[in-house]
Amino acid sequence: MSVVTAAVTRRFDVETVRRDFPILSERVHGKPLVYLDSANTSQKPRAVIDAESEVYETYYSNVHRGVYQTSVRAEQAFEGARQKLRQFINARESREVIFVRGTTEAINLVAYTYGRANVKAGDEVLVSAMEHHSNIVPWQILCEASGAHLKVAPINDDGEILLDEMERLIGPRTKLVAVGHVSNALGTVNPVKRIVEMAHARGVPVLVDGAQGAPHLKVDVQDLDCDFYAFSGHKMYGPSGIGVLYGKAALLEAMPPFHGGGDMILSVTFEKTTYNVLPYKFEAGTPNIAGAIALGAAVDYLNGLGMDRVGAYEHELLTYATDALARIPGLRFIGTAKHKAGVISFVLEGVHPHDMGTVLDFEGIALRTGHHCAQPVMDRFGVPATARVSLGVYNTREEIGVLVQGLLKVAEMFR
Amino acid sequence: MNAELRELYQEVILDHSKKPRNFHALPDANRRADGFNPLCGDKATIYVRVEGDVVKDVSFTGKGCSISTASASMMTETLKGKSLEEAERLFQRFHALVTASPDKAHDNAAPELGKLAAFSGVCEFPVRVKCASLPWHTFKAALEEQAQPVKTE
Repeated sequence: MSVVTAAVTRRFDVETVRRDFPILSERVHGKPLVYLDSANTSQKPRAVIDAESEVYETYYSNVHRGVYQTSVRAEQAFEGARQKLRQFINARESREVIFVRGTTEAINLVAYTYGRANVKAGDEVLVSAMEHHSNIVPWQILCEASGAHLKVAPINDDGEILLDEMERLIGPRTKLVAVGHVSNALGTVNPVKRIVEMAHARGVPVLVDGAQGAPHLKVDVQDLDCDFYAFSGHKMYGPSGIGVLYGKAALLEAMPPFHGGGDMILSVTFEKTTYNVLPYKFEAGTPNIAGAIALGAAVDYLNGLGMDRVGAYEHELLTYATDALARIPGLRFIGTAKHKAGVISFVLEGVHPHDMGTVLDFEGIALRTGHHCAQPVMDRFGVPATARVSLGVYNTREEIGVLVQGLLKVAEMFR
Repeated sequence: MNAELRELYQEVILDHSKKPRNFHALPDANRRADGFNPLCGDKATIYVRVEGDVVKDVSFTGKGCSISTASASMMTETLKGKSLEEAERLFQRFHALVTASPDKAHDNAAPELGKLAAFSGVCEFPVRVKCASLPWHTFKAALEEQAQPVKTE
C-alpha cells in the first residue's frame, strides 16, 4: 500500500470531529440539530471560533500601517493566513492570493477588472448551464455594459456538462470561460482540468468558481492550470465575509484595480496615483483582518483532518445517503452525475420542498429548500425548487437515518 | 405531530392543497395578474371576472407549496360573490391574521374570515407568511390591473 492510500484509508473519526463543533450540541424544537446545509454555509469548529476571538482579545489592530508591536503581530498573522491559503490551493506565490469578501466578490472583481479591460462588443463569455447566480449575473452585467454575449454550455439529464458542445462554443470571440468546480445545486464535479485544456488550446483563460470545490476536494490550482479560482471561507468551516480570489500573477498584474482607496496605492497626488503591488492592488481599505486569520485556522483544521480523508469520508457518506434516499417511494434525484461531491438534490412526488423543509425542521433537520440560487438549473430540470442535502465533515449515517424517517413522515402527511 | 406544526397544517389546509378548488383558467375573466415568490419559485395566476362592483367569479392556476395552494383555493371560494369593498376588507383581515404577532393571532381571527381563520398558524412561521399572502396580493393586483407581475420580495 502506498503512503497516499494509507493516509486516505486511515479511519476518519467523525465523533471526534463532531466534538470540535460546539453548535452540534444544540437542540432544535427539542431535537438534536441535524445540519445538512453545509453547501449553503458550513458550521465552525472551536479552533476557528477561538482564533477569531483571540485576535480581538489579544492583538487586534490594523495591518500594513502601524509600527507598534500589536500591529506587527496582526500583520504577521494576517499575512501568515495568506501563506496558509496559498499552500492550501498550491498557488505558486502568495501575491496571487487576494483576500475578498467571498466567491461573489471574487467573481465580480474579475468581471469588473479583467472583463472591462478585455471583453468588448461582439465578444463572448462562456459559462455552463449549471452555474450559481453569482457566476452568471456578473457576466450578464459585463455583457450588457460592453455589448458582449453570454454563451451557455448545455448539460445532460444527469447534470453533466456536454464537453463537445462546450468545446464548440469556445470560438475566436470567446474572451473568458467561467465554470463551477462543483455544482451547488446538483453536486456534479466538473472536469475542470479538461475544460481548462480545451480553453487554453484556443488561448482563452478560465475562471473556476470553487465555492463548493475548496471545502470538499483537494485543490491544486497549478495542476488545474486555471487562471482564476474563487472561493469563500464560510463554506469551508471559516467565517463569513472572507474569501479568496486566486489569479495567475501575470494576469493580475495586467488588470486594472477594482476598488480604489487606502492600501491599494503606493503614492497619491491629485495629478497621479501609483497603484500598489500584488496582492494589495486589489485589497483597498481595511480588510477583514480577524476573518482572514480565522480562515487560516480553518485551513489548519482541514489540513489536520487531511483533504484526501475529508473527500473520501464525504464520498462514502454520499453513497450511503443516496442509497438510503433512493428507497423512499416517489423520491426523484435531480443531478445524477457519475462524479459527484456531497450534494443531493431531490424532489418528493406530491410534496412541495418548502412544506418538506418546514416539517423536517421540527425533526431538528436543517436542509435547504428552494432554487439554490440556480434558477436556470431548476428550469432545465422542470422543477420550481428542490430539497437539498449537503454534507460536511461532521455528518453521520445516523443523521441520514433521521432524515429518511423525517421524509417518510412528510410523505405520509402530504399525500 | 408537534402542536405548532398541526396548527399550521390544519386538516382544511391539507385538504385544499391536495384538492384545490377553482384551479383552472377563467376564459371570461376581465382581470388577471401573475404573482411570483422568488424565494421558492412559486407562481400563481389569479383570474377574476368583475361585474359592476361584484367579484362574479375568481380562479387560479400555478404551482406552489401546500400553504400557497390552499390559500389560493380558499381565497377563491371566499371571494366569489363578494363586493369589491368586502373583498378589500377581507384582504386586510387576512393580511392582519397571517402577519400578527403569534400571541395575538386569535384576536385577529375576525368572524367574517370564516374558514380562512385556519391560516392563523402561519404567523408562527415568518418564512411562510409570503406563501399564504401571495394569492391575495396577486388578487389585489388583478383588481388594480397592475402591469408588472407581483413579487413577494
